Amino acid sequence: MKRRVVVTGMGVFTALGTDVEEFYNNLLNGVSGISTIERFDTAEMSVKIAGEIKNFDPEKYFERNEAKRLDRFTQYALIAAESAIKDCGMDLNTVDRDRFAVITASGIGGMETWQTNYKVMLEKGPRRVSPLFIPMMISDIAAGRISMKWDLKGPNYSLTSACASSGHAIGTAYRTIQYGDADFAICGGAEAVITDLAIAGFANMKALSTRNDEPQKASRPFDKDRDGFVMGEGSGMLILEEYEHAVKRGAKIYAEMAGIGFSGDAKDIVAPDPEGNGAKRAMLAAVNDAGIKPEDIDHINTHGTATPTGDYAETAGIKLAFGDHAYKIAINSTKSMTGHLLGAAGAIELIGTVKAVQTDTVHPTINLDNQDLPACDLNYTPNKFINRTVKYAISNTFGFGGHNASILVKKFEG
Amino acid sequence: MSVEQKVKEIIMDELGVDEAAVVPEASFINDLGADSLATVELVMKFEDEFDIKIEEDEAEKITTVGSAIDFIKKQLGE
Repeated sequence: MKRRVVVTGMGVFTALGTDVEEFYNNLLNGVSGISTIERFDTAEMSVKIAGEIKNFDPEKYFERNEAKRLDRFTQYALIAAESAIKDCGMDLNTVDRDRFAVITASGIGGMETWQTNYKVMLEKGPRRVSPLFIPMMISDIAAGRISMKWDLKGPNYSLTSACASSGHAIGTAYRTIQYGDADFAICGGAEAVITDLAIAGFANMKALSTRNDEPQKASRPFDKDRDGFVMGEGSGMLILEEYEHAVKRGAKIYAEMAGIGFSGDAKDIVAPDPEGNGAKRAMLAAVNDAGIKPEDIDHINTHGTATPTGDYAETAGIKLAFGDHAYKIAINSTKSMTGHLLGAAGAIELIGTVKAVQTDTVHPTINLDNQDLPACDLNYTPNKFINRTVKYAISNTFGFGGHNASILVKKFEG
Repeated sequence: MSVEQKVKEIIMDELGVDEAAVVPEASFINDLGADSLATVELVMKFEDEFDIKIEEDEAEKITTVGSAIDFIKKQLGE
């Protein structure tokens, strides 16, 4: 029998805020977290902007010797996890930690560690490659580290589906609790690939915006003048909990998990199915899983990266899935403010979606000055947040490789 | 700086321990909180800092502060 699952804790660590309230207020107020990259020399780069977390000092959060054994993405994951655990108000000493799952995601993993060690190998030879290279770099290590830090001994793993990774991780964590394999889960994603090599790679795909002189205006989903996505970094983590347990301990309940839908495009390595069929199937699968009708959806937090093909395909998918109702849905793109956090995008965007459902607000899509009509003709909540009842909302994530994940959340009504 | 002092400082820095704990009989793993990977890193650091080469079978015997100091002194002909 399926059990009910609710969201009882959330934590973020991003350029737009390092706690959920600050993060969501910035989203509502249309604040951009995009700025000029300071971490490495961009002189030779066509792309000089990102949603970079400034002045990050790992020793504020970790002992020096612990910090140097953690890649940046794992540091972000642990910081967001700590916030989420604190936020859920659960005394971990009172719960069965064998029933606490950790399911995280990262699109890429420890890119900085990879680069540093490869440089060492080229300059000093293989004998100087760190014995910690592999255990710092592997993308599952964040899940392992979280389990070790809080002694969480339930199902523990990480999964990867590029930019859909944390959507899949959260969806899978939901199923894990629904079907009784765990009673609690910390789930989400972390990404830290604002490095010269990664930016060069994405830039040469022509995937990134080069609006270097106006960083805050660079991420423009559904706008005619967009020119690609902006890289972001950070982490988002959620605590999912079995409903009865949450109610019994008097937990603050943000929203209820209502359904998930996963699909594959089977089309292209990087471009989405232009007709939006994969997106449509994921969204409708989530609607079916929730046992509701397409007309019940009030809000969609899009994948919305600000690449023309992505914006067109997602808009087409929404129209295929919802028909005329698509025009009544309040749609937005968190990436217009955060940039694209790849394997952490689904997590921070679901946190925004959960806040929408909890507070009956929909944050804007910023930089939407000149909507790309006729292809992008839906209500993308341009530039100003709105108040409206949000009972059912979907958060979409789509990844290179044609991986689609839609997560459906519902207002908690007891 | 003496070899002893330099070895101690490398250990303090690599393992994040206080000087008081870095006594000759202290074992990296049992007393100073190192795991097997940290001991490999320590040996690399000794090689770099003293510009010596420590073969694997020798590295395995360097398990305490004292054994590191003795080995490095011998290598340096002290």
